[in-house]
Amino acid sequence: MIRLERRPAPSAFWTAGTPVLAVALTMVAGGVMFAMLGKDPVATIRTIFWDPLFSPQYAAFSRPQLLVKAGPLILIATGLALGFRAGIWNIGAEGQYIVGAICGAAVGLAFYPLGGWYIFPLMVLAGGLGGWAWAMIPALLKVRFGTSEILVSLMLVYVAEKIVAAMAVGRLRNPEASGFPGSRNLARYPAASNPELIPGTGLHWGVVAAFLAVAVIWLVLARHRLGFQARLAGLAPRAARFAGVSPGRLTLACMGLSGALAGLAGLFEVAGPAGQIRIDFGSGYGFTAIIVAFLGRLHPAGILLAGFLMALTYIGGEIAQFVIGLPAAAIQAFQGMLLFFLLGLDLAANYRLRLGRRAAA
Amino acid sequence: MTAGPPLLEVEGITKAYPGVVANAGVSFAIRHGAVHALLGENGAGKSTLVKIIYGLVRPDAGRMRLAGAPYAPASPAAARAAGVAMVFQHFSLFEALTVAENVALGMERPPPMRRLTARIRAVSGAYGLPLDPDRPVADLSAGERQRVEIVRCLLQEPRLLIMDEPTSVLTPQEVEILFGTLRRIAAEGTSILYISHKLEEIILLCESATILRGGKVVAGCDPRQRAARELAEMMVGRLIAPAARAAAPGGAPVLEVAGLSLPPAGPHGRALREVGLTVAAGEILGIGGVAGNGQDELLAALSGERRAAAAAVRLDGRPIGALGPAARRAAGLCAAPEERLGHAAAPDMTLTENALLTGAVRERLVRRGMIDWRAARAFAARVVAAFDVRTPGTEVPARALSGGNLQKFVIGREILQRPRALVVNQPTWGVDAAAAATIRQALIDLAAGGAAVVVISQDLDELLELAHRFAALNEGRLSAARPVEGLTLREIGLMLGGAHGMQAARPEAGRLAHDPA
Repeated sequence: MIRLERRPAPSAFWTAGTPVLAVALTMVAGGVMFAMLGKDPVATIRTIFWDPLFSPQYAAFSRPQLLVKAGPLILIATGLALGFRAGIWNIGAEGQYIVGAICGAAVGLAFYPLGGWYIFPLMVLAGGLGGWAWAMIPALLKVRFGTSEILVSLMLVYVAEKIVAAMAVGRLRNPEASGFPGSRNLARYPAASNPELIPGTGLHWGVVAAFLAVAVIWLVLARHRLGFQARLAGLAPRAARFAGVSPGRLTLACMGLSGALAGLAGLFEVAGPAGQIRIDFGSGYGFTAIIVAFLGRLHPAGILLAGFLMALTYIGGEIAQFVIGLPAAAIQAFQGMLLFFLLGLDLAANYRLRLGRRAAA
Repeated sequence: MTAGPPLLEVEGITKAYPGVVANAGVSFAIRHGAVHALLGENGAGKSTLVKIIYGLVRPDAGRMRLAGAPYAPASPAAARAAGVAMVFQHFSLFEALTVAENVALGMERPPPMRRLTARIRAVSGAYGLPLDPDRPVADLSAGERQRVEIVRCLLQEPRLLIMDEPTSVLTPQEVEILFGTLRRIAAEGTSILYISHKLEEIILLCESATILRGGKVVAGCDPRQRAARELAEMMVGRLIAPAARAAAPGGAPVLEVAGLSLPPAGPHGRALREVGLTVAAGEILGIGGVAGNGQDELLAALSGERRAAAAAVRLDGRPIGALGPAARRAAGLCAAPEERLGHAAAPDMTLTENALLTGAVRERLVRRGMIDWRAARAFAARVVAAFDVRTPGTEVPARALSGGNLQKFVIGREILQRPRALVVNQPTWGVDAAAAATIRQALIDLAAGGAAVVVISQDLDELLELAHRFAALNEGRLSAARPVEGLTLREIGLMLGGAHGMQAARPEAGRLAHDPA
């Protein structure tokens, strides 16, 4: 019989080692799945992890994509991490991302075709505020009525998806597109665009913001009272109240911060890589960021690495899709496995596996 | 008494855990129908020994015989099958279920519910433990809950009944009723192993005793032939100087509570009703009461976790009843709750982080939102040094510390903040004697320095030793405080609510009480 025994203190080896082991196990299990789909497992995994960076055929296109995809994931995940540490589960970052994009794009489009240095900063502000406001809905409902922020924030994702679709064919539709859905392309409107800052790298303001967020959240978690309160509330809620942490205020702060960062990610995306508000603007960054946050062990440095890893599976998955003909669902299952193994192996950090009968209580 | 071998013989039981030897060559015997005491300080090895007898722990060496036959239970179920039953110090009852349902849950093959309720009534009546099998446990007092546990054991018709610190949750009157029941059980031939550190009880109840110290048997005796002081010296191995209490002070009132009423926090919480108290500078007010009568709620209302009208709590005349915990600490009112892990301290956080937990305000460990970790570490180190907290350092998680050491840390953390008033709940619960003595002396010294101290405790001896005045908390109401000088145990019992309406009932009483009128 296998038993679990709680370790007196979390094992440092396993805390650091589980992400690596989880990635390895995902490759093995993913390989089995690819084989069952009739694909060569080794070639598929090489396509996903190696080709995007080093294949002479694809790297020129896909290498900059790494920053483009990792940027929003990291930006959203760092915000989520603070709340997750506090036991505040904002599952609806995708919705906040979409609403941030709508608000930011709307501000930019309102100035069209004016020029001016102030337009883009105003859009950034609007994007952050939009995400913040969308996150305040579940936050206030939780604080005021005790509703589950998990359910409400998740449901609001679907509301946001309907709104963005309505905007793409309604208020924000490009009047010069002869009836086609979708807004004007912000990337072609210099005063409102979020361009590639260094050509060929994929670096845009959103990636800069993501790096900044990593640094700031790191500082908050390590040195600021808010970070301490969030960790305390997550580890020992009763002790947190005894220490004077107000659960309501903490919920508002964590939800607001994660919502604002998700909104910013949406704005940078719509003004840059995506370029316009489309019916299907939501691309799942907000959900994948949850995986990134946990894969990074809710630590900013870990999230930075996990963001790149996840972006790699996205890009590699796309290549595998059109080169090998791998179904898109298989890539999602592959990403899901990563989270599964990580959370499963989490046990090893806090518990010891023991074989045999229980001997002593 | 039956002739022949004793009921239980324990021979050379040894059990070692990493770092400690809990039992070293323990041997003793319990006669048929005897009430046998197992006496020792916290940490003397009583619990381990009892767990071995009840099949929860397997010894490293040694053997046991039950009624002459080899006895080595592999599990509590095996122990029960052999006729050994145990009433734990902490009850394992589901509040939402009825008495009968709780009893059924503990049985291997419960009979149909109607037969079971009838049997519960019969057994509880026969032993003077009236119980209504259909009442939910949530509605029962601590004494009644203990009856459920005892009846649960008696239904197994055990040969040996183990009682672990059974009186820690009872009022003096309830203790008397319990003793009557235990004597009756013993008279019918069931042996009882009675675990306690309360000497007076053992002298009153037990006819033989085994005294443990540091995992070894230091003496076996007939406690009825010994004075309490003799037993205490055998148990402790040295003389512990009683904490030196300063004379009753005549200072100005520091902490004043008036008309404090709060609704219950949860479904099984207790409401506070019109609580009022005054503590002067230099004074210790002891608040006694059986667990669950509002102790946690009173502490929460004073610490600021639950808020009330501003004027309900005053510190040095200033109304602070509407302030939260941090603001109250800033004003000078500190508190230490009963539950060390998870309430007073975060188990998974280091001692430094736990020092910051309440020390942030008064020790200025946070400046403009940024934490001064170096100052926090220094504060934690000061607590560790001043209160002799045994720990490898300040960077270990709180849960790695033993109960006594963590409690010293928690109390020390508040005292070193030099509060104007300090409220502590169960300051020495589950703490070894040496740590308890340190904590009590620290509370006395704090009061002597001019602070107002409120000690909430179930341990009457502790309150009588520490407090200048005594008040009782009963069903959320606080009695008027009376000077401890000249207070008798009987008067205290009545202040605590007497026997909570319980009585040593005759067999008919239980049945009558249940008949629909």
